[in-house]
Amino acid sequence: MAEQTEQATKTTVTVVLDGREIEANPGELVIAAAERNGVYIPRFCYHPRMRPVGMCRMCIVEIDSGRGPALQPSCMLPVAEGMKVDTQSALTKKAQDGVLEFLLINHPLDCPVCDKGGECPLQDQTLAFGPGETRFVEEKRHFEKPIPISELVYLDRERCVLCDRCTRFAKEVAGDPLISFIDRGNHTQVNTFPDDPFSSYFSGNTVQLCPVGALLARPYRFRARPWDLDQVESTCTACAFGCRVALQSSANRLVRKLGVDVDPVNQGWTCDKGRFDFEAVNSDDRLGTPLVRSTAGPVNGNGGSPVDLAPTSWSEAWDRVIEGIGRARLRPGPESIAVLGGARLTNEDAYAWSKLARSVLATDSVDAQLGDGLPAEVVVGLPRASIDAACAAETVLLLAPDLKEELPVLYLRLRQAVVDGGLNLVEVSPVATGMTPYATVSVRYRPGEAAEVVRALVSGDGGVGAGGQSDAMRRAGELLRKGSLVCVLGRPSLAERAQPIAAAAAAVLDALPATTFLSALRRANVHGALDMGLAPGILPGRVSLDEGRRWFAEAWPAVPASRGLDAEGIIAAAAEGRVACLILLGADPLADFPDRSLARRALAGAGFVIAVDSFLTASSRRADVVLPAATYGEKGGTTTNIEGRVSRLHQKITAPGTARPDWMIAAELAWRLGGDLGFGSEDEVWDEIERLAPSHHGLTRARLASAEGFDGLLAGGVAEVGDHDAPPTMSGADAPGIQGPLGHTKDDSLATTGMGHDVHPDPQAGAEPAGAPAGVARAEAAAGAGGSGYADGDTPGEVERDADAVERSVEAEGSGRSGAFRPSGGGGDRGSTPQRPSPLRWSLVEPPPSPPPLDRYSLRLVSARKLYDDGTLVQNSPSLVPLAPGARIRVNPADLSPLGVVAGSKLQVSSSQGRVVLEAAPDPAVPQGSAVVAFNQPGPGAADLIDSTQPVTEVRIETLSGASGPTP
Amino acid sequence: MSRLSPDNEELARTIIGRYPRSRSALIPLLHVAQEQEGWVSRDAMAHIAELLGITPAEVLGTCSFYGMFKLEPVGRYVVGVCTNISCLLLGGEELLEHCEARLGVKAGATTDDGMFTLEDVECIAACTDAPCLQVNYRYFLNITHDQVDALFDDLRAGRRTDEVPVHGTLTRVRQHVAPERWSGHGAEGLPLPPGQAR
Repeated sequence: MAEQTEQATKTTVTVVLDGREIEANPGELVIAAAERNGVYIPRFCYHPRMRPVGMCRMCIVEIDSGRGPALQPSCMLPVAEGMKVDTQSALTKKAQDGVLEFLLINHPLDCPVCDKGGECPLQDQTLAFGPGETRFVEEKRHFEKPIPISELVYLDRERCVLCDRCTRFAKEVAGDPLISFIDRGNHTQVNTFPDDPFSSYFSGNTVQLCPVGALLARPYRFRARPWDLDQVESTCTACAFGCRVALQSSANRLVRKLGVDVDPVNQGWTCDKGRFDFEAVNSDDRLGTPLVRSTAGPVNGNGGSPVDLAPTSWSEAWDRVIEGIGRARLRPGPESIAVLGGARLTNEDAYAWSKLARSVLATDSVDAQLGDGLPAEVVVGLPRASIDAACAAETVLLLAPDLKEELPVLYLRLRQAVVDGGLNLVEVSPVATGMTPYATVSVRYRPGEAAEVVRALVSGDGGVGAGGQSDAMRRAGELLRKGSLVCVLGRPSLAERAQPIAAAAAAVLDALPATTFLSALRRANVHGALDMGLAPGILPGRVSLDEGRRWFAEAWPAVPASRGLDAEGIIAAAAEGRVACLILLGADPLADFPDRSLARRALAGAGFVIAVDSFLTASSRRADVVLPAATYGEKGGTTTNIEGRVSRLHQKITAPGTARPDWMIAAELAWRLGGDLGFGSEDEVWDEIERLAPSHHGLTRARLASAEGFDGLLAGGVAEVGDHDAPPTMSGADAPGIQGPLGHTKDDSLATTGMGHDVHPDPQAGAEPAGAPAGVARAEAAAGAGGSGYADGDTPGEVERDADAVERSVEAEGSGRSGAFRPSGGGGDRGSTPQRPSPLRWSLVEPPPSPPPLDRYSLRLVSARKLYDDGTLVQNSPSLVPLAPGARIRVNPADLSPLGVVAGSKLQVSSSQGRVVLEAAPDPAVPQGSAVVAFNQPGPGAADLIDSTQPVTEVRIETLSGASGPTP
Repeated sequence: MSRLSPDNEELARTIIGRYPRSRSALIPLLHVAQEQEGWVSRDAMAHIAELLGITPAEVLGTCSFYGMFKLEPVGRYVVGVCTNISCLLLGGEELLEHCEARLGVKAGATTDDGMFTLEDVECIAACTDAPCLQVNYRYFLNITHDQVDALFDDLRAGRRTDEVPVHGTLTRVRQHVAPERWSGHGAEGLPLPPGQAR
């Protein structure tokens, strides 16, 4: 009886594993249960993130399910009560030995010239489980080797053991089944269809998955041997999704980026842009020295070219910067200084620049976005959802650009949630996207009319809106109101203004107040930059300028009195000559601001332009001073992803020349202007963020460095979605540390060398910025810390410091419930210490502008980005350059046929801003009356057409023969 | 190398409509393509992929798995001579050598006039009537060298075409299935899971 009760309440399955009883989860595979309990069963085809297939037979072990022991594949068999598993029996060992001998029959054993040698699961497992020598004396099979199956991936079919990992990944995970098993039996090979390359945005994952050296990445091939690699954990900043990665270098050059399996974010995957963009960091075109415009050359703007910018020393560059800023401060005044950009920066960099702008430069005209996102209040002030929450929701409303192009791994996560989990996807977009095949319902809106369509959807008034869609509208409306709803919110098109999208979000929130939002802004650390206050009217920690003024006035030397301009305002003001000093923080408005002609006038009209950048871009070429900044992999700190998750970056290599981190540039600029930002290391910046920024309170360095912080920590009190009962994690994830390329064994030397979460070198420990400010800051920190526990600048041991931080965070959390905090220990008046300000809540203030009436001669322009574009990262990564598709104009065939235009012919496209010649691409997926041009492709394109002052941009198309305009 | 003809495309759409999931029609469509050309060309595979909403690589993966789908042009008549154990004991090897001499090509090759492709095949399940061969999968049992000569002469002269249709000719995929017997998931049937092409 008692036994029955026990049976009824028992939630685990008891299995005898190598003679000891273990508890496994119901439905768990034997191989996974064994691994969780410290017993490693060798495998090639099994991967915890993909369906088991039992292809390779390597994991066969002796299992007794009640009918006597027998050899069974442990990756195909779920645990059962009373099951006995013997992974060490003589029979098991003989079987595994035999399987390996078979796998090696056709394997060329060319390990000495194979890139995988040294980190190869086939090598490792042959050593551990296989035969010492082969009995096979016949001829092995031969293939041409290696063959390129895409621009990025080489395939060596002789080495392949046919484990089905790459082909399964392509089909199950990426949804791009462009590689397949071809032929049969002994002739089976992996290959593409002839002349149809494996052009998936996720092809690099197959290289990481491959358990042998059959798939090789072009950027890594013959670059290094695994035992020469050194690696750190980091976070990818190619987009804002924040994939956790291992960053590997050899001889002070980045050579490889590998995805790390972090359950709430990337689950081991990365996109190819993120995987291979490290080439840009190694580029010979990186800036290693400051540049100043020679006095002989054109002063600014028109005709600026790189020859006019001459290399110089930091001190001369600083003199020019101080002179330029000084003049602007004097006349017309500090409000004529503006800071554009900052999404490339780390959180620490962004905070330093935010503090510098507000408290030393005394301007609030700062904006990390370039008029190509959403109003900062909307991004910061809407109720938030995590990525997991979006995947677990009943319905996701997609009001965003093409996620496959802009946030590829978010596309993978949502795709998986749809295919495996039954998530309902309602897509509201001006044109079909990569997500459309997975949408339960797609609703198209005419550019400029998003707000009306969404309002009709949420109110259930299905009859309104785009014609012929009433059925789709009704179904979409039902799904939205059905249950938990997460809205993925971004800017679907740069050719329409952001306000209608904000109004649409407001309409959703108004009708369905329980809705939470996941941002789909794509630029690197744009969310961290906004959180750090790199937006007008917003102070660090997601508080408004007014709400946070008293709090920050306590800790900062000064806080601006009134709200400044956003990017559109700054650019418009600069074009009118009202910006005396423009600072570009890794910003390239000529490439990224939607309206290029306005951006061009702005750069010409700005008085003095300072660019802080890693490359000479179209915009920084026109600057008066260019300061070289360290970039990805060259500095530590933290970054924040779309859901507000803060995760760590680490330095792996040194920056070229005298390039330095942006926070250091900010600190020195402050010091040279007679101020002091008060920090001398990245860690000190983070401590100040944690102390002052309300949304980041409690995210201590100790927590970020702990096992918990390995996944990153959600800022702003957003809760993690509970237990992940779904797929088992990669091996070794229970003892945090980065797995090797396969993650197949905890003892893999590559997987642990320098990678243990607790032993990674702290890159910034002991780093001193050049010049005096660090010392000043350290002294200041030590002097001003009185009793607050922050005087750790001189504490030698990291361990002690971390322990300190844990204590502080515990303390802080204790008092957090009572609601009262002190901003700093540094000289505040204790008697009237302000309360920690509450976070900004956004609500719609002004209604969006209405688009002009429809005009039968014009097409409404839709413009969004592609994964590979004319951006700095792609254009400086040689492997990625050929992948940018180029600008074409996609138009519905019905709109093209009156002109007698066929695919490939040239069209003249004109708008109020200009005219460009583009190749025509008839596309029935584009609704009639719209025209699609990808943004920021090489050459003239969308930015030359978009009028950012209009609600929508209308274009007219003409055949070249009838046109009198310029031809390329 | 060509795509499916308009008639065959029409037939393909009918066949696709018979299945709950369109990709189930893959093998029947490959047969249609092979019937059209005598072999399955790349263009035909690409066309089938388009019709089914899958990738050409997936079509090739399936197509190349089956030896009866020919990925290279073959003769009008594909002659498969069995040399497995029963036939071997009763003169299969000699039969193959005779065919090679008679056609002037080695096993695996096609005659210059494009009439015959000769294959050395494993057991074709007619051991009781060894030696045997197939022409376009039609059996010729207990066959003698003289009978082979006569058969080749007849085929070359355009005789016995009822008995041995040209390579690729099918009967089964052309069967008529009344619409009321189509699966409920057919052309306009039940909705499919998201991401699943019809």
